[in-house]
Amino acid sequence: MKEPTVRVQKIRRDSVKMRLIIFGTLAVLLLLGAIFSKYLTPYDPYLQDLRNAKAAPSAAHLLGTDRYGRDMLSRVIVGSWTSIFSTLLLVAVITALGTAIGVFCGWHGGRTDTVLMRISDIFLAFPGLVFALAVAGVLGGGLHNAIIALAAISWPKYARIARSQTLALKETAYLKAARLAGSSTVKIIFKHILPNIMGPVLVTSMLDIGTMMMELAGLSFLGLGAKPPIAEWGSMMSDTRSLLSTAPWVTLSPGIAVFVSVMIFNLLGDTIRDYADPKNRRR
Amino acid sequence: MEPVLKIEDLTKVFSRGGQPDFTAVSHVNFELMPGECLGIIGESGSGKTTVVNMITRLLDASGGRITLDGEDITTAKGSRLRKAYRKMQMVFQTPTESFDPRRTLGDGIGESLRNHGMSAADAKKEVSRLLEMCGLPADFAGRYPHQVSGGQCQRAAIARALAIRPKLLICDEATSSLDVTIQKEVLELLGRLRRQAGADLSILFICHDIALVQEFCDRVLVLYHGEIVEQGIPDEVIRNPRNEYTKSLIDSVL
Repeated sequence: MKEPTVRVQKIRRDSVKMRLIIFGTLAVLLLLGAIFSKYLTPYDPYLQDLRNAKAAPSAAHLLGTDRYGRDMLSRVIVGSWTSIFSTLLLVAVITALGTAIGVFCGWHGGRTDTVLMRISDIFLAFPGLVFALAVAGVLGGGLHNAIIALAAISWPKYARIARSQTLALKETAYLKAARLAGSSTVKIIFKHILPNIMGPVLVTSMLDIGTMMMELAGLSFLGLGAKPPIAEWGSMMSDTRSLLSTAPWVTLSPGIAVFVSVMIFNLLGDTIRDYADPKNRRR
Repeated sequence: MEPVLKIEDLTKVFSRGGQPDFTAVSHVNFELMPGECLGIIGESGSGKTTVVNMITRLLDASGGRITLDGEDITTAKGSRLRKAYRKMQMVFQTPTESFDPRRTLGDGIGESLRNHGMSAADAKKEVSRLLEMCGLPADFAGRYPHQVSGGQCQRAAIARALAIRPKLLICDEATSSLDVTIQKEVLELLGRLRRQAGADLSILFICHDIALVQEFCDRVLVLYHGEIVEQGIPDEVIRNPRNEYTKSLIDSVL
């Protein structure tokens, strides 16, 4: 492969930095919005006003009102808290769990590796949402149980990535050198393996945020996730899908909110991958 | 005088599906005396790297015994093995790949020092000294492996290997991936370091280039299909090869 010239590299690096700043800022704004959502709402998101139900967007209600006359803008803002943080928690849990299992399997090998990887095969071969439904059904409804159910089916992907990366790293000269330098296994894993496999794992988890948001919403729709009247984007969309032809703003506003946040996290994930590539740090 | 490294009957059989499949190294015996430089020469696949990997315990031996400085390390593990690594270090064939791409050269060189209890400030000073000893400016400690050339990286790798003052330095094709002029410089560096250390440093020099071995080593072993087919002083082996394979090896160079 031909190495790009220094100038091209510099331009590329600067644009990556620019993208990182832009998407990072957007993501932080989104998170801040979610944290302070309670103070940002123009109306009480749970206050019903049946005389004013299904009102079209206007100056008073920027995104209109739903079938109980609740202000949609307030509900979308408040819903961001539930939607974004439960998704982030879920993704954090599966990333940590999957990576830990994968690194352990890749490093240790042997029978434990075989057993854990066959278990992950079973999870990968089984339709995930069906299993999540079963788990959530057994544990009962509620957002916590929905998160547990989705975590139970989503870790194998991360375990796979972490394992294959660890296996590849294990044979490199610099890991041999680290062993010869007298580093213990724990030190090698934390200082050399994790930083070097974090790139692909992090990008996968960033790209998974969207999927997980939708799957959580799916469980909410089936009554196994967030319970009404709690405002959550997924359940708001599911609840109101019958209104799509008469009052489309009620379905579309949480939909657009999901779309925009998923987009921001995806682009941020791509940018982080580009930025984390050590070849980008050439000086 | 006691040998630094004593290899007795070292054997490696790779198995497949529980059945012995391929004998990579078969009943190899040799000794390395303090201050000596021993070359191991042989073509690709002759078992040179397997021997080295067994000595450094990156690979389990199927049979035989490895004694490093009077201690049997054939099955050493954990803290006993880490202790053994204070006496034995290695320079790898691929300089750039032997450093973690996410860490600076200084981190890599200082890793063994830090692991053996040196403070960060002392390690930093020592790294500067080591870099200068190996002919690199001290500010290379802050560079990443992809920011320096192969030759510079190999100098840093030598600095890393010598950081904890090992008794045994293993060079596994340490000059093979460098071009000829850089190769000469790195060899000169190794030669200088060796003269400075005297009897405190023994070198095991794995190589496929008989001319380099002749220039650099006190003694040479010729490895062919996992067995030692000839050994002696390089000049004598080259002038008067007794084994057919050694002859063809020398003919191919001349």
